[in-house]
Amino acid sequence: MEQKKHKSRVAEKKNEVISGLKDFGTKVYSQLDNGVFPSISMPSRSTENINYDPLLRQFILGEKSVSRSARNIRHVKPFTQLAWAAMFSNELTTQRKTSTLRDVYYSAQAYEMTFKDQQESNNIITDLETVTGYSREDFNIFPEERSAVFGDLTIEYTVPGYEGKTLNLTSHPDGVLIGPALTSSEFASTTADKVIAIEKGGLFTRFIEENVHTKHNSILVLTAGQAPRQTRHFIRRLHDELNLPVYIFTDGDPWGMHIAQVIISGSANAAHLRELNTPDAVWSGVWATDIVNYKLPTDPLDEVDIKRLYELQRDPRYKEDPLWQREIKTFLKIRRKAEQEAFSRYGLTYIVDEYLPTKLKESK
Amino acid sequence: MGQATFEEISASDFFYRNRDIAGFTNPSRAIFAAIRELVENSLDAAESQKIPPDVYVRLSFEGEATKDTQIYKLRVEDNGSGIQPRFIPSAFGQVLYGSKYKLKQMRGTFGLGGKMAVLYGQITTHQAAFVASSTGQAKVYSFKLMIDIQRNRPIILDRKVLINKDQWRGTIVEFSLEGDYLRAMPKILEYFKQTAMVNPYANLTFVDPKGRLYKFVRGTEDMPEPPKETLPHPYGVDVELLQRLIQITPYKTMAEFLKHHFHRVGDITAQKFLEFSGLSPSKNPKRLAHEEIVRLMQNMKKFKEFLPPDASCLSPLGEDLLRAGIIKELKPEYLVVHQRKPSTYAGHPFIIEVGIAYGGDIPKRGSFVIYRFANRIPLLYDEASDVSFRVINAMNWRRYKVSPDMPIAIVVHICSTKVPYKTVGKEFIADRPEVRREIANELREVARQLQHFLSKREHVDKERKRLSIFAKYLPKIAQFSTMLAGKEKLPDVDKLIKSVQKYGAEET
Repeated sequence: MEQKKHKSRVAEKKNEVISGLKDFGTKVYSQLDNGVFPSISMPSRSTENINYDPLLRQFILGEKSVSRSARNIRHVKPFTQLAWAAMFSNELTTQRKTSTLRDVYYSAQAYEMTFKDQQESNNIITDLETVTGYSREDFNIFPEERSAVFGDLTIEYTVPGYEGKTLNLTSHPDGVLIGPALTSSEFASTTADKVIAIEKGGLFTRFIEENVHTKHNSILVLTAGQAPRQTRHFIRRLHDELNLPVYIFTDGDPWGMHIAQVIISGSANAAHLRELNTPDAVWSGVWATDIVNYKLPTDPLDEVDIKRLYELQRDPRYKEDPLWQREIKTFLKIRRKAEQEAFSRYGLTYIVDEYLPTKLKESK
Repeated sequence: MGQATFEEISASDFFYRNRDIAGFTNPSRAIFAAIRELVENSLDAAESQKIPPDVYVRLSFEGEATKDTQIYKLRVEDNGSGIQPRFIPSAFGQVLYGSKYKLKQMRGTFGLGGKMAVLYGQITTHQAAFVASSTGQAKVYSFKLMIDIQRNRPIILDRKVLINKDQWRGTIVEFSLEGDYLRAMPKILEYFKQTAMVNPYANLTFVDPKGRLYKFVRGTEDMPEPPKETLPHPYGVDVELLQRLIQITPYKTMAEFLKHHFHRVGDITAQKFLEFSGLSPSKNPKRLAHEEIVRLMQNMKKFKEFLPPDASCLSPLGEDLLRAGIIKELKPEYLVVHQRKPSTYAGHPFIIEVGIAYGGDIPKRGSFVIYRFANRIPLLYDEASDVSFRVINAMNWRRYKVSPDMPIAIVVHICSTKVPYKTVGKEFIADRPEVRREIANELREVARQLQHFLSKREHVDKERKRLSIFAKYLPKIAQFSTMLAGKEKLPDVDKLIKSVQKYGAEET
């Protein structure tokens, strides 16, 4: 078996995050100590300041910045919330505890910091991401987990109580949840030579049952619909640290296509963050042309689907690439869509035995 | 074929048969009207002597009358001028006898109220009325009286003369009447409260049949200037009045006649008017034919150059007293009062005084609380028919940032030698354009000032709220940043909070 050496970033990054938070606190503290109203500036997240960077192959924030000053009556409360969120994140990261966005909303109440609603507290966390340049997962704040991973990858935990323990990700046949403990783990060893990301749980299970991980020497990742940020970052790490190519399989419709695109090029909502996308990942199917070539059972595209296709056609992430443009045109031409499960009409193993090998070859 | 019979009836008889028009409509209204009429007589009697009034009213239960009504004894005492002994029997025992047939502002105008009360008591209980009075001289005279309804004459049942050891001055009236106090109670209490509001220099005491004491203590000894008597203004006369004046006049020429019997008519005005109406200045008024008198009256209304009546015959409360009265009874957070200069309608001078009060004891009830007064009498019935009510409702309050769900009371007081009541019941003011215009102008004036107050208050509130936001959050920023930076000592934010107060923060 081939062992791959990788570079670890987990511990290093943790320290960066903690010092980033502390820098913010020190800046505010010294402003106050000098008798001036604290203020900070950060890149603006308004739509006109979100640009697609073709070199980075992701959305980035432009030159425009906004400033938040405690002198301003309308800013003083969000500023305080931001200071609280930074303090809270600092405690989480230094004490190596994790929290959910929902937790954040309630924890604030212990400090008589009220958030109007969940949305307001989520926005403040996004502000903190923008100010520090780190994503909330780096502060140990996670959304609900739903995606999973399976394959021959041995990880080494860094979470309290499990430090140094290892786990091989084939050890549980349902896959292992991509949660805080997993995403904060170091990658110890793998024999896999590729990553296959799958949109739907049913197909993920089928792939495991059919031993795709051994037949195709791969690590399987279930995105469970639109991939959560931590899953996107996890895929990026698999690619960067283990040098594994990434192939993405989704439903054959505009929505599946976009799930793949977000893994590859990121989203506008996360334009203030880096390393959530994997520019070298490849969308392997189900393409509109596959629907035609494999004569898959289909449903008609409805109005919303068509509208979405026209939107995507103008989207900078789709514009330059002939593959995307070709597929969008084909969808618009055939006006049909197909789910991944559609391959079952040729038998349960057809997708694994015939389609997958062909597509992997085609995508290389 | 039947034969119609005609009989003459006396004034007492007339009111006996038509007591509705004087306000004695039903047992609850009657008891209210009786109290009101006697209290107003008492207030007038004290004011005419420039004495701050002390009025004591007691209503006591005597017995059941019918299923719904009871017999009560009503006693009203005052410290007013007192009545000369020879006038006492007629003053209370003869309808339409009184001191109020001259032109000056007084509460009652018909000389009817007190007598109607006594008459009503006699009709319902067949008992005599007791009256005692002294003008502060050596003796007190007391009478037991009944009214001979058919002949409109007092019947004296008993008469006593007592030595006035304490130099007491005033009048006591006591008689029994049938009524329904329980139903009348809310209006009676409201009447006392509002009377206290518009007579802030009066002490009012009321003991009700259950023995409950209601006391309204004066807030000031100051009293408004009493009104002066005045001659009729040419715009306001009718043929009947002209004929009476012609009968009694000692003057032999029209010029002299006009000059001496009419308000604000001098040599020049008289001369111009006679020219206008084509009459010789030297004509003897007693020689005027009936048609000439009618034409004279018509010309008086047409002639444009009469001077407007002056207001010396009026006795408005004045801004200070109105303010004192409203503060005393409503304890508002904010109050503005305003009095406009005199105006006239149909030859009758009048003055409008208004007040607008905000907050304090004034309830929020979704509409303005309206207090209406005429010659210092509260008007408690038929609010929706009153000109004030209409003007208030027609006004665009939103322009003044005022809304009916604020705790706001509006007080409108009209003073006139002839209050333009719509009905004999004297409960609401008729919608006359001159009166309407004055009320509207005055309301606009006070509304502007209220708006000013409200916006200032809003500004202060906003400022306080703004400061509290900084005071709440800056210490927290200090706390969190200290924890984050790993420091020991909290930075001092007091100066920053103070600076916000001083200079104000940026708003954008």
